Amino acid sequence: MGVRHQWPKEGISRIPYWVYTDPEIYAREQERIFCGRSWAYVALEAEIPTPGDFKRSFIGDKPVIVVRDEAGTINVVENRCAHRGAQFCQQPLGHVTEFMCPYHQWTYTLQGDLIGVPFRRGVKKQGGMPADFDLQGHGLRKLRVATRHGVVFASFAADVEPLEEYLGLDMLKLFDRVFDGRELEVLGYSRQLIPANWKLMFENIKDPYHASLLHVFLVTFGLFRADNPSKVQTDKTGRHGALISWRGVQRKTEDTAEMKSLLDHLTLHDPSLLQPVREFPEYTVVMTTLWPNLIIQQQSNTLAMRQLITKGPESFELAWTFFGYKDEPADLRQRRIRQANLMGPAGLVSVDDSEVIKFIQGSVRPSPQEKGVMEMGGRDWQQSESHMVTEGAIRSFYDYYRQVMEL
Amino acid sequence: MAASEDFRAMSRRDLRLELEELYADYVACLDQERFEDWPEFFTDDAVYRIIPRENFERGLPIATLHAESKGYLKDRVVAIRQTAVYAPRYIRRLVSNIRILGWQKEWLEVQANYAAFETLRDELTRVFSVGRCHDKLVVVDGRLKFKEKLVIFDSELIPNSLVYPL
Repeated sequence: MGVRHQWPKEGISRIPYWVYTDPEIYAREQERIFCGRSWAYVALEAEIPTPGDFKRSFIGDKPVIVVRDEAGTINVVENRCAHRGAQFCQQPLGHVTEFMCPYHQWTYTLQGDLIGVPFRRGVKKQGGMPADFDLQGHGLRKLRVATRHGVVFASFAADVEPLEEYLGLDMLKLFDRVFDGRELEVLGYSRQLIPANWKLMFENIKDPYHASLLHVFLVTFGLFRADNPSKVQTDKTGRHGALISWRGVQRKTEDTAEMKSLLDHLTLHDPSLLQPVREFPEYTVVMTTLWPNLIIQQQSNTLAMRQLITKGPESFELAWTFFGYKDEPADLRQRRIRQANLMGPAGLVSVDDSEVIKFIQGSVRPSPQEKGVMEMGGRDWQQSESHMVTEGAIRSFYDYYRQVMEL
Repeated sequence: MAASEDFRAMSRRDLRLELEELYADYVACLDQERFEDWPEFFTDDAVYRIIPRENFERGLPIATLHAESKGYLKDRVVAIRQTAVYAPRYIRRLVSNIRILGWQKEWLEVQANYAAFETLRDELTRVFSVGRCHDKLVVVDGRLKFKEKLVIFDSELIPNSLVYPL
């Protein structure tokens, strides 16, 4: 990396703007982060319940297929024919007995092994593959797979540690809080194309400082405020993080006087939108960010996976999978559907985020050598902090990022 | 003031004219950003949902926007006007191919196609959303109102954010 990739001397309390725009950095991220020693989220088991079911997914910008084979085992293979590179699977979800590329009908098992090459022996003794062409050497690229309580992760790296170790004890506890072994049910999808760098989305969910200021809707109706009891938790490497809070009472206090946007005269015409029931122990909101591509959202009764699919340095898809539990009470299901209004591309809360991170992208593009200031709550980071006025989880993310990227 | 029976007794041609006017008024209200007037096109217990085609076809219940009352629509307007942060934009909607499916017990079923174009300050106008509406209309105080409006969009990959209604 050249001189234009010199990290600011202040360290992780500064973020150079070239990390959001530079194609070289993006290429290195694909190689080291998404295809490196990480476990990327690819699917929920509930999306592929029976043998032959598949889901088309992505890791970084690479297309993959998550498929349940005849034995019930989940395999993840790259969605790229070993012959000419065609992305042979185009359906988002479906059911097959084998995969066949439409271009030259090369055929693969659900494990990704090549089993058919038409005209392999030629036609009328003419042409065909060389006699020593080995089917075994030309299967689809197979990824390592790990599942935990209905969630499927995959890795391009052979030497990544086991999933549980990768998450670490603190993250694992938060993970198991929502994924406690109960069977999941997908309630719907939502997709948006955000014209900004993928890391800005992660930073947003690692930043409790903005939540009480930008999100007037959340603040006004008491779903998230700086005066709520809360904490910020990371794993020991700093790559994963969680914002945790408990719901407070809707009223103006001394601490909220600084939040200029607080509109305390507002009440909802339809209060059913915000009538959550206590569902999980202790916390009302846990927003978890798992390196390298997943946000797990538990905001009151809305549960969703938000998968980051990178599309170049300045664009990513945010793919939302809303879910609940199989056979849950109809009343709880209804609350999830209503509260989903807070989230997604039209979310009463999350619209603010996708808009603001686009504001960032537009102004860092022409100023790659400038840098962002991350000093709220200090210049370093610790694994656990019991307040919201900190950017510690963003600093910890970049601490790990710099190691992986050697920046 | 026309009663429910008057609408039911209308010729198909007259009913079509009524609907053309209603949909033109609805679109004008939104295009002109008179959002405070928008909930008045709906009954008090109206269901209004903007739903990705994928969810609709798979029978999945989550919508991009989900309302079960006129009150909720008013809350959306409060969010647009007072709480949401977003870049300035124009949205222009075209509703076409209005099809009258006929009267059910208490309501009139209508389907239509729509296209919505988005113009942001520093960007060229783009197609923002394309899809269809499945509507149920009833007569309230002599006017046709939406008892249910499902906006089912093909454009599943939403360009950044959906702020204004469709």
